[in-house]
Amino acid sequence: METLSAVLRANALVVAFTVVGITVWVSYWLSRQLTAGRIHGSAVAILLGLVAAYIAGLYTQGNRGVADIGVLAGVGIMGGGMMRDFGIVSTAFGVHLSELRKAGLVGVISIFAGVIVSFIVGAVVALLFGYTDAESVTTIGAGAVTYIVGPVTGTAIGASSEVIALSVAAGVVKSILVMVGTPMVAARIGLNNPQSAMVFGGLMGTTSGVAGGLAATDPRLVPYGAMTATFYTGIGCLLGPSVLYFIVRALV
Amino acid sequence: MIIYGVALLATCLVAGLYVGELLGQLLGVQANVGGVGIAMLLLVLASGSSRMKSLVTGPSGDGIRFWSAMYIPIVVAMAASQNVVAAVDGGILALLVGVLAVLVSFALVPLISRIGPRSEALPPLEQDADDAARRGA
Repeated sequence: METLSAVLRANALVVAFTVVGITVWVSYWLSRQLTAGRIHGSAVAILLGLVAAYIAGLYTQGNRGVADIGVLAGVGIMGGGMMRDFGIVSTAFGVHLSELRKAGLVGVISIFAGVIVSFIVGAVVALLFGYTDAESVTTIGAGAVTYIVGPVTGTAIGASSEVIALSVAAGVVKSILVMVGTPMVAARIGLNNPQSAMVFGGLMGTTSGVAGGLAATDPRLVPYGAMTATFYTGIGCLLGPSVLYFIVRALV
Repeated sequence: MIIYGVALLATCLVAGLYVGELLGQLLGVQANVGGVGIAMLLLVLASGSSRMKSLVTGPSGDGIRFWSAMYIPIVVAMAASQNVVAAVDGGILALLVGVLAVLVSFALVPLISRIGPRSEALPPLEQDADDAARRGA
């Protein structure tokens, strides 16, 4: 048993390929058996991953899901930022420049609209919960943008660590909800073509959420959504501690 | 050679991330601004250019297509390494902020999509190839 564990730990990434492969296989089987293929296998796989991450988090008290379990550390490498970005870029292979150009302007509009609208939603909820200082309201609003914009903004304007933690939690909720919710609402919001996918990426902005949500909806939309989403966090970090903070400070 | 395609892909990513990092510094933000998006643009340009044809066709192209096909498994691994406990433990405030932000953003998708030229819906998606093969068998 100890020997097995040592082998698994020493070959973490390779173990992750096995584990994820089995998970995907089980998910496609479940998708066929239980939902007759109505819920796509990749959506089931993402959901299983999130549930496993929750259980692992309770058990290890860590913050990286199953990657905090020694023998499964490779899942953290396979699903980490480096491999995620490598995978996302590869999906652009075969994308037509003309589609990107066609939705260029509307893509830019959607990024700014997405950052500002999410920020307002977060800030209003913070006010309703009794936060009245500009720093807390801004930081929680920034958390609604993404879980990176929240702490970057909070640190820059000197919010309390408790509020910063809240902003991260809000951002993580958003990211997970986009992963799970996108396939459910895709048809209703017209998410079936490159242009709406670019708008979607710009509005949601959370790279992980958009990556997961579109993969579970229609993998062909991934490159278009990812293209705009990757600018979102940067724009959020730009606006959060500056313009948006000044506006909040003037209002409260 | 498969490695040529993989190397092209890797070069695009690193170059894009570098530019994104520089852009972040230029704007004075502690974040990478659009690095992955820039990398994707580079790959799109490279795959359309005639000079790079040998890097993106045949076996070299398979080197890129392989990673493209690995994308969903990578996303599954990503989902399994999220801090789901923090999201659940964030309490009502975090939950409400996250849920409302997503709902409002979802609602805006059709509104903003209406600006600008329309693009055609993609043809319906076939279940994965191995599924189709299974049904056929």
